Amino acid sequence: MPPASPAVVVDGLVMAYGDKVAVDGLSLEVARGSITAVLGPNGAGKTTTLETCEGYRVPQRGTVRVLDLDPQRDRAELLPRIGVMLQSGGAWSGVRAVEMLEHMASLHAHPLDTEMLVDRLGLAECGRTPYRRLSGGQKQRLGLAIALVGRPELVFVDEPTAGMDPQARRTTWEMLEEVRRDGVTVVLTTHHMDEAEHLADLIHIIDRGTLIASGTPAELTRGGRSATIRLVVNRPFPDGAPESLRAELGPLTEVRQLDEVSMLIHGPADASTLGRVSRWCEEHGVLPQTLTLGQRTLEDVFLELTGRELAT
Amino acid sequence: MTVHPTGTFTPAPGSAGLGRMVRAQARMEARLMLRNGEQLLLAIVIPVIVLVGGVAAAGRLGSTFEGHAPVDLLTPGVLALAIMSTAFTSVAIATGFERRYGVIKLLGSSPLPRHGLLLGKVLALLNVVALQLVVLVAVALALGWEPSLAHPPTAVVGLVLTVALGTAAFGSLGLLVAGALRAEATLALANLVYLLLMAGGGVVLPTSAYGAAGGLIQWLPSGALGEAMRAALVHSDIDSRSLLVLAAWALLGAVLTARTFRWE
Repeated sequence: MPPASPAVVVDGLVMAYGDKVAVDGLSLEVARGSITAVLGPNGAGKTTTLETCEGYRVPQRGTVRVLDLDPQRDRAELLPRIGVMLQSGGAWSGVRAVEMLEHMASLHAHPLDTEMLVDRLGLAECGRTPYRRLSGGQKQRLGLAIALVGRPELVFVDEPTAGMDPQARRTTWEMLEEVRRDGVTVVLTTHHMDEAEHLADLIHIIDRGTLIASGTPAELTRGGRSATIRLVVNRPFPDGAPESLRAELGPLTEVRQLDEVSMLIHGPADASTLGRVSRWCEEHGVLPQTLTLGQRTLEDVFLELTGRELAT
Repeated sequence: MTVHPTGTFTPAPGSAGLGRMVRAQARMEARLMLRNGEQLLLAIVIPVIVLVGGVAAAGRLGSTFEGHAPVDLLTPGVLALAIMSTAFTSVAIATGFERRYGVIKLLGSSPLPRHGLLLGKVLALLNVVALQLVVLVAVALALGWEPSLAHPPTAVVGLVLTVALGTAAFGSLGLLVAGALRAEATLALANLVYLLLMAGGGVVLPTSAYGAAGGLIQWLPSGALGEAMRAALVHSDIDSRSLLVLAAWALLGAVLTARTFRWE
């Protein structure tokens, strides 16, 4: 058997709305059978890219191939093979949750058992509830069930756990991992780095419509010149504390005040930095309650690459 | 990576047959239409009130219309009104909100093709219209309606053509509004047009009842639908001119809809 071609190939994609460029020459690939995360802040171009792969939008420049097909020209052949979870909406306001799922199942040749999905995703409690009365998390779970019910080869899930409580989030992650184990390719967008770190085999970080880094979570967070230091003190910082601490630590350091008693410091990961932080505390009359050196996270990677925070 | 061929989620993609998908879509849409209180009000309650109220009022005034009993003349008009309310107002509002809520978008990623969605809509619409006609005919018969039996085959052909072309004309105009305007604007406009046409569009009352304006009203889809319905059920006749007017509106609506409809 020849080696499987990538499930998705985006090559030089450009998409603009008016004079606002949403996707700016983006190229990326998704390996078959993987969970691939497209990570980036809101407005980075994630949804536009996904919607082009799903055939909703025509590429203005560049090409998109999904399962070796053109999402525009080969639409009828492609659609039965993919599952789509929209970021929001997608159901009639008066339709009952299970009724909607069963309807979507009836459009496919070999749908999954809807009772199993309802059970696994905890939708039984709201099975007869009209869509407009479902909670945000319930809508998300129904959306995931709809994406999977046709037994697709490839699913696109757009912000799958937005609005979910931690329990539902865990259940969703477990299900996506099982889906991958059974041979389904998963493309997910998220702006939660913990989600990408936990689930993804490969992460594409995009910002302002371009790819700024790709790799496995381990590759992206390995090494690096920086660490995150978390500092919590016993009384409010004096005015101008972040600037003063930054002056103390030098130009390679980013200092962000989280609240009146805590700060995050991104900078060189060495003992001298820690020493200088505690000396600064002493000089400014505050006592460190917590001073921890954290591992480099995807958030740090993003900050280093763009100079901005990922979380929005 | 290990792939378990018997896993729960092991891919087995495929589209259901077009016929099955269209029937599923039609069942779904018809069910939602009948479940919705406002739509049911438009589809059944208002026509029944117009029929019962009209007959009662005419009875009290002791009037007849052109020598016909009030119920004989009002029933075809009310059937026409029911078709207009479902094919135009209900379809416009339902489709407008399907766009707004992303239903059409989600279905656009499903195996159901766009022509399948349209066929499903038409089938759902015809089912609801059939149900309306059954209910309204039963009410009319209870009120003493005696449809013209002068020439039954002609009456039946006239009725079938009128229902089909009237549904097509108003359905395509409903989709035109829903596909071009925002959902709220569609809701307002579809209700406003319905009220205006019910009062002054030659649906319930013959265009001859409007005096000089009747000459204009007979070219409206509402007037043509009402006249064609009355021709079939009052006179056992086929009103070719009105049917042609309906066909022209259906064609105009379909062409404009195809050009302007935005799926999202």
